[in-house]
Amino acid sequence: MNAPDDFTDDTRLTPLRLMIMLFVLTLAGALGWAVCSLPAYSSGLAVTALAELSNSGVLNPVTAAVLNYRGYDTLLEIAVLLLAVIGVWSLAQAEPPAAFEPASPVLLSFLRIVLPLMILIAGYLLWIGSFAPGGAFQGGAVLAGVLVLLRLSNQDRAIWSHEVWLRFCLVLGLSVFIAVAVGVMAGGGKLLEYPRAHAGMLILLIESAALISIALTLAALFVGGRALSDEDSSRASDNGVQPE
Amino acid sequence: MTLEPYLLYALAGVGLFAIGLYALIARTHLLRKILALNVMGTGVFLFLIAIAYRSEPVADPVPQAMVLTGIVVSVCATGLALALAHRVQTTTGRMVLAENDESGA
Amino acid sequence: MDTLQTVFDLVLVLALLWLAWRVLAAADLFKGIVLFIAFGLLMALAWMRLRAPDIALAEAAVGSGITGALLLSGLARLRRLERSAQPHIGSEP
Repeated sequence: MNAPDDFTDDTRLTPLRLMIMLFVLTLAGALGWAVCSLPAYSSGLAVTALAELSNSGVLNPVTAAVLNYRGYDTLLEIAVLLLAVIGVWSLAQAEPPAAFEPASPVLLSFLRIVLPLMILIAGYLLWIGSFAPGGAFQGGAVLAGVLVLLRLSNQDRAIWSHEVWLRFCLVLGLSVFIAVAVGVMAGGGKLLEYPRAHAGMLILLIESAALISIALTLAALFVGGRALSDEDSSRASDNGVQPE
Repeated sequence: MTLEPYLLYALAGVGLFAIGLYALIARTHLLRKILALNVMGTGVFLFLIAIAYRSEPVADPVPQAMVLTGIVVSVCATGLALALAHRVQTTTGRMVLAENDESGA
Repeated sequence: MDTLQTVFDLVLVLALLWLAWRVLAAADLFKGIVLFIAFGLLMALAWMRLRAPDIALAEAAVGSGITGALLLSGLARLRRLERSAQPHIGSEP
């Protein structure tokens, strides 16, 4: 079954569309020509990154680049995640849970097996990120998958109704990151310049906090709006208004 | 003539970018525009990683770190875009932008 | 060996470009989203090929998994709204 709106989007080749295609093809040609003129070998920053790896506190060069060499990018990125949630929360309210079907017993017993394993995998990815592929982003995504599954089985009221804790966990990653970034300046370093002896520990601390915030951020985006807290629902029913 | 793998994948990145850009301009449905933005972003990521692949002895980790953060940011942008599209639909009743209403028919 | 590698690269790249086109040309939005999830998983394969296992993990979990879930729930919300406003939508050409 297709809704009618799918078909209002016609794909006929009008003169306007031909012009767009011509423009895009010209752009692609120019970009392709630029790509072809790049040198076939370039060491980039790989050699420098590997040489500094022993000072970075971790053994995985990508984690070192994410949290040490380019820590400033990642700090701002965590802030962007927070801004996305603020944007979504100010645009819409979450669908009331009644919109979901009650979960089937098969799904529930499947989740009982799978969810603990997923949480374990999230922790494992966080831990292994310091010396092999993995890290806070991958682990956070798996943890977000746990929250999404809980949402789909309508079991997540406890998570979204405690708004104070929810907000605390959402800003945890950014606050810890900023605290560490500024805190290392007390020891005489620059912003985000971890002392060599503690770099590994500090990176793990930031990553653990970021893992929780990333997971909750992605899950909050999936919920698609600010969940009604218990106080909101009771306030709404006090006024005789049905919460939307 | 041998085609270097990095060149093949970098050109594929340009191709994905172009396909996404065309769909972004030519299609009117907002969900398709969001999909098109995602395809464009993936094209950029593919180009960056193909460029990073050239270096020895390991692939350049700095572009890889940029793409790693970029993937997470693009998911957040998708979530925000979906919330905005939802708002457009509740306000106007249609899943297209306002100026497409007259010319789209 | 080298030829096999080149054939693999070519097949993967062509599949990626073809899938991207199908994602954006599909008349059915649901089909487009499912194809986009498949596209993300093929991208994960390309990241492994380009010596970027960190990104392959992130793409499989975030780019394909979470984005797919987001888009599908967005589509479901769109359909619910359309159903509640059917006469309005139905009058369109």
